[in-house]
Amino acid sequence: MTETDIKAQLTQFIVDNFMLARSVDVAATPSFLEAGIIDSTGVLELVQFIEDTFSLSVADEEMLPDNLDSLANLARFIQQKTAQA
Amino acid sequence: MNDLVAAADNASGKTLDLVLAQSARRFPDKTALVVGSARLSYAELDRAANGLAQGLRDLGVKAGDRVAVCLDNGVEGVVGYFAALKAGATVMMVNNSTKGDKLKSLLDDAEASALVISGTKAATMPVIKTAASVRALVLVGGGPEHDVSAHGAGWNVGHYEALSAAGTTDAPARLHSEDDVAMLLYTSGSTGKPKGVMLLHHGMVSVVGQINDYLHTRHDDVVLQVLPLSFGYGLTQLLTCFDVGATLVLERSFAFPQVTWKKLAAEKVTCFSMVPTIATILAQADLSAHDFSSLRLLTNAGAALPTELLRVIAEKLPWVSIYPMYGQTECVRASYLPPTEIHTRPASVGKGIPGQDHWLIDEDGNTLPPGSTGQLVVRGPHIMGGYWKMPEVTARKVQPGRHPHERILFTGDLFSMDQDGWLTFVSRMDDIIKTRGEKVSPKEVENVLYAAEGVAEAGVVGVPDPILGHSVCAFVAPKPGVSLDPKAVQRHCAAQLEDFAVPKTVIILDELPKTPNAKIDKQALRDLAVAR
Repeated sequence: MTETDIKAQLTQFIVDNFMLARSVDVAATPSFLEAGIIDSTGVLELVQFIEDTFSLSVADEEMLPDNLDSLANLARFIQQKTAQA
Repeated sequence: MNDLVAAADNASGKTLDLVLAQSARRFPDKTALVVGSARLSYAELDRAANGLAQGLRDLGVKAGDRVAVCLDNGVEGVVGYFAALKAGATVMMVNNSTKGDKLKSLLDDAEASALVISGTKAATMPVIKTAASVRALVLVGGGPEHDVSAHGAGWNVGHYEALSAAGTTDAPARLHSEDDVAMLLYTSGSTGKPKGVMLLHHGMVSVVGQINDYLHTRHDDVVLQVLPLSFGYGLTQLLTCFDVGATLVLERSFAFPQVTWKKLAAEKVTCFSMVPTIATILAQADLSAHDFSSLRLLTNAGAALPTELLRVIAEKLPWVSIYPMYGQTECVRASYLPPTEIHTRPASVGKGIPGQDHWLIDEDGNTLPPGSTGQLVVRGPHIMGGYWKMPEVTARKVQPGRHPHERILFTGDLFSMDQDGWLTFVSRMDDIIKTRGEKVSPKEVENVLYAAEGVAEAGVVGVPDPILGHSVCAFVAPKPGVSLDPKAVQRHCAAQLEDFAVPKTVIILDELPKTPNAKIDKQALRDLAVAR
């Protein structure tokens, strides 16, 4: 799967689930948390989505802003994980 | 010496703003607040609050006015809170995810004269300019585009950074007393209209002291807080911590538990407060990767802590004292279970807090003997003064107490009490949904749903959820010939409700089930939601 595909799927999920009332450019948001797009339960939903969609498993210690808090970080993290598998 | 000062400080007449001012006198150089990489001493924090308080006065805020603070967890929120109190105003902490229309309606209801809000956020909410009572606006981080000219005529605009930086060790002259309303905290009511709970200075000072008494909080404690300051329990952490001169480590949220656990280890945190949603994540976490050795105290409130979670956490952190607690916005706290009892009676929340009396009553108001189940009634100085501008609702909920500084609260919560007086929560008497510790009024969500285009019927129920406690589930039926999209319905809700109140699930039915007298059958909806 290309980085573009991954980003498209993630963007769709984030827009559908977390950005119900907002019009924000997902790709240009440096921190979902600081932008108020995602909260604690949102992170858990996001992780669930990544695990189901990309058939990978996210360990507790990987649930960090560096891996999950922006579209670029997410895409890089997913590519790393799928390359390892 | 410090003990003498402390004794004098706790003399009668103390107002809530002195919680910060007195600790700033006693521990000027001690770290009061840690937010991200920012660390503020008590003296620095107190000066900033004095500066903003004077700024609010200069912008036209008078003693007894309402000042709304709508910010996320951060230095500015803490400074804004104490500044409003120091200005002699009633402070109103508003959840940062509150949308424009709701914020405006809260400002209108409270007749707030000032609003402290981020400049970026204010710019996205033109509707707040129509809040008629607001005369002063304090912008946090506002750039040139949020200058005075951008706002309606007649508004005095100040900038947080300049006002707080101008602070000295002197607060504005105190024009308020212990009998004044310190805080107005809006809470969901079963009618759908939020109710402003009026908490008095003397009641708050009293309950903060009682909580610190039973938790044995010390000035060398480090308290980690991830709960919003707009949430009663979150605010209580701030106050109990500052009252003893301890350090508060304030996090914006609990979105990344790993980050929270690292912070806990790095700051050598001794006290951490949870709601059941956080407890669920803590119970599932692999704690071997983190250093929890500094932790001595865990508290839970917001909603009852499931006994299985309590068991798992106690097993993982055997050196930590765990306090399951019970309270509501209307009285802050009413009971706690001593940590020595968590293995023998894990479902109980204890026998009440110090300094109060409590009992159970039946439906006719008769006092019930131990061994019964009934509504919990609490008497003490910590009971709210009433609901803002709602004398009739207040009269049903609060009565005068035995002494002038006391009141009696009818909690609306059913408890059982055993022969020895141990209380166990049974259920709420209304249909309010508790989701991640926050209260959501089904009626308020239904009102929003009915206003959505194409919606003929709406019913909202709470569905048990392993993480949230209960999740908000909405059932809607479309008008004839209309087809509804669940996502569009959610978007409609998200535009008007706080994030936690937006239905997690929207289910479209042709028609909602009815009871024999033609009302929407909530129990049938709950069964349907659970069966899915």
